[in-house]
Amino acid sequence: MPINEKGGAFNPLIVAFCCNWRSYAGADLAGSSRLNYPVNVKVIRVPCSCRVNPLFILRAFQRGADGVIMCGCHPGDCHYTSGNYFARRRTALLFSMLDFLGIEKGRTRVEWVSAAEGAKFANTMNQFAETISALGECKRLEDIRCVESEI
Amino acid sequence: MRRIRDMMRSRAGELLREGTVNRVLGWKNGEFYYDPNPAVFETEESLDGLVYNGFSAAMLSKYLIDATKKEGRILVFLKPCDTYSFNHLLREHKVNRENTYVIGVGCDGMLDIEKLRTLGVKGIKSLDENGDDLVAHTLYGDKTLARRDILLEKCLSCKGSEHKVYDELAVVDDPWQWDTLDRFAKVGELEGMTPDERFAFWRGELSRCIRCNACRNACPVCSCLKCVFDNPRSGVQAKSNADSFEENMFHIIRAFHVAGRCTDCGECSRVCPQNIPLHLLNRKFIKDINAFYGEYQAGADVEGKSPLTEYKTGDVEPSVVYERGGA
Repeated sequence: MPINEKGGAFNPLIVAFCCNWRSYAGADLAGSSRLNYPVNVKVIRVPCSCRVNPLFILRAFQRGADGVIMCGCHPGDCHYTSGNYFARRRTALLFSMLDFLGIEKGRTRVEWVSAAEGAKFANTMNQFAETISALGECKRLEDIRCVESEI
Repeated sequence: MRRIRDMMRSRAGELLREGTVNRVLGWKNGEFYYDPNPAVFETEESLDGLVYNGFSAAMLSKYLIDATKKEGRILVFLKPCDTYSFNHLLREHKVNRENTYVIGVGCDGMLDIEKLRTLGVKGIKSLDENGDDLVAHTLYGDKTLARRDILLEKCLSCKGSEHKVYDELAVVDDPWQWDTLDRFAKVGELEGMTPDERFAFWRGELSRCIRCNACRNACPVCSCLKCVFDNPRSGVQAKSNADSFEENMFHIIRAFHVAGRCTDCGECSRVCPQNIPLHLLNRKFIKDINAFYGEYQAGADVEGKSPLTEYKTGDVEPSVVYERGGA
């Protein structure tokens, strides 16, 4: 098991941006179905995956996130008709750029999760948390001026 | 270049006299021969100070954002690559076309003073330019040079000698042509590295950043009235004393903000006092956009949509990043 700087077991910090209409409801369903997913996944509810400004993703890394996952409605199913199509283009380019800068590909992910897919949500989060645990802490984009102290 | 300069001076004089324009945006001599500055000329007499030589690389398109808000018409000289940025500013309604009179000027490729210094050329007083053949008159005597050896990075992958927009042209019939290189060569080389190597490369480059904001200020598409980086609450105003890689976010975000809009003019790298190859970030986006969403050259056209403001239902999934292999 990877060990963090302070010597304790490594607890990855994962930020999940979930669209209000499908993925957040999917997370809800996972919860009410008593499906386990890692506690270190911090879900941030957004009105639409299109609301996720690429800056949010970068800000998460800047403040110490080890992995960022974005969940939205399946393409074609967007509550606002086309939001996730724009989000898809943006994230494809942004994640390609992060890869170009030397941030491991595994730390970023986009998954389309519908409101009926509680099991998929839990599975995705479990897999993602495993990947991030294997990769260890992400220090490459962290900015010590922005990380809040852990007290 | 001297022939073109004389054409520019006489034509600008005529237009000022006629009253077609009331100001002229061009270049005037700076402190040294190799740093002509953008300048506005308002009288015919002052046009004697108008210069155009191998160091007139500064793009004038961006100056039009403020200049065209003023009363009257302004004459502007645009090199072929500058017209792409001008077109892009028109598309975003940042520049008022009615208030501009564009003279497209021919260009033999602009020179990199750093490369001249590397070749040991110092104290330049003036330069005789004739296509590829240059004679530099310096404090220490004359020196013969080949233009192809000292071209700016951005000119090595020149977009061609065609002006995309103009009211009239000031070009010579027999311009000097040079062989251009593949602009994505360096991007491809970096893509072939491992993530650790890439990170080391970018850390080495970006840690030199002094956050002077020159890249932002010179960039023709980075022209928001209120910039996200001017936010005093971002928590990154002060310099960090423990991390030399602190300005990485600035460059990633800036590159993303101009993604799909970047005309690949190369001004960011040219003005960088630390010589950071910032254009590589933009070219990475351009390369991806071309590969994912079809060939696109920002500024080639005033109409149409840019790649990030439209979509197709059959677009590639973001997972393409993981599937395309490499470490």
